Amino acid sequence: MEYSDKVFDHFTNPRNVGEIPDANGIGEVGNAKCGDIMKIYLKVNDDEIIEDVKFKTFGCGAAIATSSMATEMVKGKSLSEALKLTNQAVAEALDGLPPVKMHCSVLAEEALRSAIADYYRKLGKDPEAILGCSMDCASCHHEHDHG
Amino acid sequence: MNRFVYADNAATTPMSESVYNAMKPWLTEHYGNPSSLYRIGREAKKAITEARHKVARALNAADPTEIIFTGGGSQADNLAIRGYVKGLSARGRKHIITTKIEHHAVLYTCEALEKEGYPVTYLNVDAQGHVDLDQLREAISDNTAIVSVMAANNEIGTIQDLKAISDIAHAAGAVFHTDAVQAVGHMALDVQAMGIDLLSLSGHKFRGPKGIGALYCRKGIALQPLVYGGGQERGLASGTENVAGMVGLGAAIEEATGENLAPKMDYVRGLTNRLVEGIMKIPYTHFTGDPVNRLPGTASFVFEAIEGEGLILRLDFAGVCASTGSACSTGSLDPSHVLMAIGLPHEIAHGSLRLTLGEQNTVEDVDYLIETVTKVVEGLRAMSPVWIDGKPDLTAATELHS
Repeated sequence: MEYSDKVFDHFTNPRNVGEIPDANGIGEVGNAKCGDIMKIYLKVNDDEIIEDVKFKTFGCGAAIATSSMATEMVKGKSLSEALKLTNQAVAEALDGLPPVKMHCSVLAEEALRSAIADYYRKLGKDPEAILGCSMDCASCHHEHDHG
Repeated sequence: MNRFVYADNAATTPMSESVYNAMKPWLTEHYGNPSSLYRIGREAKKAITEARHKVARALNAADPTEIIFTGGGSQADNLAIRGYVKGLSARGRKHIITTKIEHHAVLYTCEALEKEGYPVTYLNVDAQGHVDLDQLREAISDNTAIVSVMAANNEIGTIQDLKAISDIAHAAGAVFHTDAVQAVGHMALDVQAMGIDLLSLSGHKFRGPKGIGALYCRKGIALQPLVYGGGQERGLASGTENVAGMVGLGAAIEEATGENLAPKMDYVRGLTNRLVEGIMKIPYTHFTGDPVNRLPGTASFVFEAIEGEGLILRLDFAGVCASTGSACSTGSLDPSHVLMAIGLPHEIAHGSLRLTLGEQNTVEDVDYLIETVTKVVEGLRAMSPVWIDGKPDLTAATELHS
């Protein structure tokens, strides 16, 4: 299994690590049993622009690198743009991931969408209408690629 | 500039200079095939015989012909188990008993044989990795052909009571095989005193070359070969001999055992004790394996709230070579089978670290390891969502804290 230089870069010097005390959207996906947990904090302004984003991740090198890259890719973007971010785009931005690590990019996408869903929920809006899914990943029965 | 500290001596060891020098002529000048009748062939044959004597002496085998050179430890394990149950000495007995913490060379051989109709019992181990002898006594029967239990575990270093196991096996008329790949050159082994019928070893685990190992097979045991051909190694490992490898294995085992063993391992044990003391100062860290009755160079730990692959990569950036049993290293969702068998919860087992020292390591290496591991663990915990206010937030960990 080989990691690209970009994965190593983002794993060694991860961007946007930490918490946002006054975050208005927080998403957490994964579980410790599987060895991956990602938590993303969003600070979204009234124009629905992501002003700040931070993450905390328990997981392997790829999990940390995809969290770092995904947060970089949505910083300063609008929520509608952020919702278009796919796990493949995150993986491509890292110059690819080994096949067994693709699920880490899925987690990054889910963590972000889950934080956005939380933002809408806090505003009293139904996230399902906007995201097409409640992003309540803990009780979700969809089959995710978690290989 | 970072130091470079190799702390993965259970994975492999650096070949010793004298072993390399002993091998060199057998790679270049003395290239004869040991089966050839002319002088350079006979010389090669003689070199192999000498190497065989050295291996026999190191294990206290009754006769050098009991040593069969193989292409490594895994081949020796395969030959021992498959060769025995398929061979004449099994006298129709089919049952195999092994443990849940064996190396995959043993486990996967047993699983393959299971599919061929050989029933297998996988013994449990306790929290420190000792085999459940009561379960062995219950499971063994007059259909049991072979009991295969490793001498010392590769991940956690726990040493088994080999004599007690062989006594139980022999009382039921079964033979006893031990995978001693991790043990030879690191602890005293005596096949006669310990009642060992079959023993696997590997050269590169005690500063010899890779690609060469040996199976000790007590006289009178008839194995079925895995490979057919020119009949080398009493027909049990056909193929033109790896002369240089055999010479290297002989030189390495001579350097690592006998009178050399105790002083070397006392030194390594001292280093490991210092290492364990230092690493255990990191909060929410657990030592895995038997803290006393373990391989002198093996120290394995689990750190709560972090994952092992990240740990290994960051240690690598700091010049430290170490290993982990986390799922991300195994390519599956499950952490290592050994850590599962000793009862560690998944959540905790993901944060495992194995540091294994050798005679080439120094006190300075150990201090650098302690400093570096402490820093890397702190750094990963700082970005872990399950590390909150200096404490792990893992429900699975509560039991370990009580």
